[in-house]
Amino acid sequence: MNELSASSRIAYPAAAAQPRVTHRLRGLSDRALAWLFITPTILLLLAINIFPLIWTIYLSFTNYRANRANVPTRWLGLDWYQSILTDPDIWAAMQVTAHFVIWTVIIETVLGFGLAFLIDKKFRGHGAWTTIILLPMMLSPAVVGNFWTFLYQPQIGLFNYVIGFVFGRAPSSFQMLGDVTLSPWAIVIVDAWMWTPYVMLICLAGLRSIPDYIYEAAEVDRASKLRQFWSITLPMALPFIMLAVLFRGIENFKMFDMVNLLTGGGPGSTTEVASITLKRAAFESWRTGYSSAFAIILFVTVFGLANIYVKALNRVKSR
Amino acid sequence: MTVAAHSVVDPTPRTRRFAGALVIVYAVITMIPLAWIFLTSFKSPDDAISYPPKIIFQPSLEGYCNLFTTRSRQTPDFIQTLGPPQGMCDDIARSRNMVIAGPSNYLPRFVNSLIIAFGSTVLAVALGTLSAYGFSRFRVPLKEDLLFFILSTRMMPPIAVAIPIYLMYRAVGLSDTRLGMILLYTSVNVSLAVWLLKGFIDEIPREYEEAAMIDGYTRFQAFVRVVLPQATTGIAATAIFCLIFAWNEYAFAVLLTSGNAQTSPPFIPIIIGEGGQDWPAVAAGTTLFLVPIVVFTVLLRKHLLRGITFGAVRK
Repeated sequence: MNELSASSRIAYPAAAAQPRVTHRLRGLSDRALAWLFITPTILLLLAINIFPLIWTIYLSFTNYRANRANVPTRWLGLDWYQSILTDPDIWAAMQVTAHFVIWTVIIETVLGFGLAFLIDKKFRGHGAWTTIILLPMMLSPAVVGNFWTFLYQPQIGLFNYVIGFVFGRAPSSFQMLGDVTLSPWAIVIVDAWMWTPYVMLICLAGLRSIPDYIYEAAEVDRASKLRQFWSITLPMALPFIMLAVLFRGIENFKMFDMVNLLTGGGPGSTTEVASITLKRAAFESWRTGYSSAFAIILFVTVFGLANIYVKALNRVKSR
Repeated sequence: MTVAAHSVVDPTPRTRRFAGALVIVYAVITMIPLAWIFLTSFKSPDDAISYPPKIIFQPSLEGYCNLFTTRSRQTPDFIQTLGPPQGMCDDIARSRNMVIAGPSNYLPRFVNSLIIAFGSTVLAVALGTLSAYGFSRFRVPLKEDLLFFILSTRMMPPIAVAIPIYLMYRAVGLSDTRLGMILLYTSVNVSLAVWLLKGFIDEIPREYEEAAMIDGYTRFQAFVRVVLPQATTGIAATAIFCLIFAWNEYAFAVLLTSGNAQTSPPFIPIIIGEGGQDWPAVAAGTTLFLVPIVVFTVLLRKHLLRGITFGAVRK
């Protein structure tokens, strides 16, 4: 993967140069062509993303239920928002989500950075091994969640067998998916298995963006390897690590497919992350107005956190 | 200190070997679940649920047979009255006192996955290429805002927009249709396509088109004959990313389709045999479903980084 080397950089939209207008008018004017090229995309997004979003906002103020479309719709104002923000079940779901997001991000960052650091030593065959390591993140989260239920089976599952063998316990003495204390970790393990390579790949780009001459200068100054790691490697790779954390954080805050198939939110609601709560409210109890309001709250939360984080990221980058 | 042939910052051979060993250990451990699914797909149902788990077993194609067929249980006397078995799968079924009743839904679901993935990829890449060129080369009012708007559509949790899309599709007759899913996946993929392709097109020197236009090409001709050929690699990489997303997508598929347009990801988990999940068949379905992804990952490896970061980190 030599393509990842030296020229790595993080590009931001704001840095894109304004185009020069140094050409003659012929055929369609550039302005007409620009709009002709861009409008279809914008229209599609307006129709299939923005229009539904606006509809969700509208529904969140009403008592509409998708399974009882004939009942006259009544305007409720902010009632749903109020009941959601004071609902202990919602806060429980947010805690489950926070546990999931925080632990997956910590584990994936530590493992991912560690792996990237090792791969950056450029041992023989590192390219092929890197490709192998990357495989899990390309798979369908739903299919992954489904086959991990097989590995997690208490009696016949490979995971239980191996862990039981290593720790000298009977494989059926613990249930990863049926136990209230273990199941939140069961989803963390699968997510870490799947997405550590993602963080690794971004960190690797960060490590390869550090020019050799900085290390050479440090060697001349007789800085120890440990000192070099703390003063050069980590600070210079930090924008990349933060980028990985940002992407993983957003994705896992929205996590639905893998968890839905692995545990479906259970046992009880111990692994009921926000998206599962949302799905249950929207498509099982058909509380359309309520779930719309929750959807908007989630969207605003993701969006707000992401914006704050991007600002922090830019500050780190410009330091 | 002696001066080595290589730079002082190069890791020593011992460090390299040690790092390599650790990475290989990780790679092997991380491959075990996938290898296990692959092995399970060739097990008989009894071997698949044996304790302790079997690594050495008599390979069988029963999982694949069960994946593609539905079977019904019959009495041995009835089976005696039938003619000779029609092929290997029939033979396996009869050995379990069953007869093949017909094809399963796996193949139609797989075909749906193919049609929807390819359809949405073609659309998303076509729209994305045009928009990316527009954003890359022209002075567009509110350019940064539009680009951010395009990206932000990707931040919405799918379930959040699934409710109104469900209502909207119901109103216009697109629910549970392939066209509906193609349009939906196109709208999700187009944001990725615009961002990735803009990065690729930004890297093509503007002078190429300007030279072509001085030679008498119109802007559009320059785009088609100069920029597109230069952007082929980028377009191909983007297309594979869109394809993988559409292939893997589950949330919209499970909420908005039920039969007609259902894709493989919501179907594979509900493959059941007598008395619970038919694990060899599920493993077989999973294996066949994952093979294209493995191939694509190997093809894409040079561009993976770009794709997963929306073009924020290049090369």
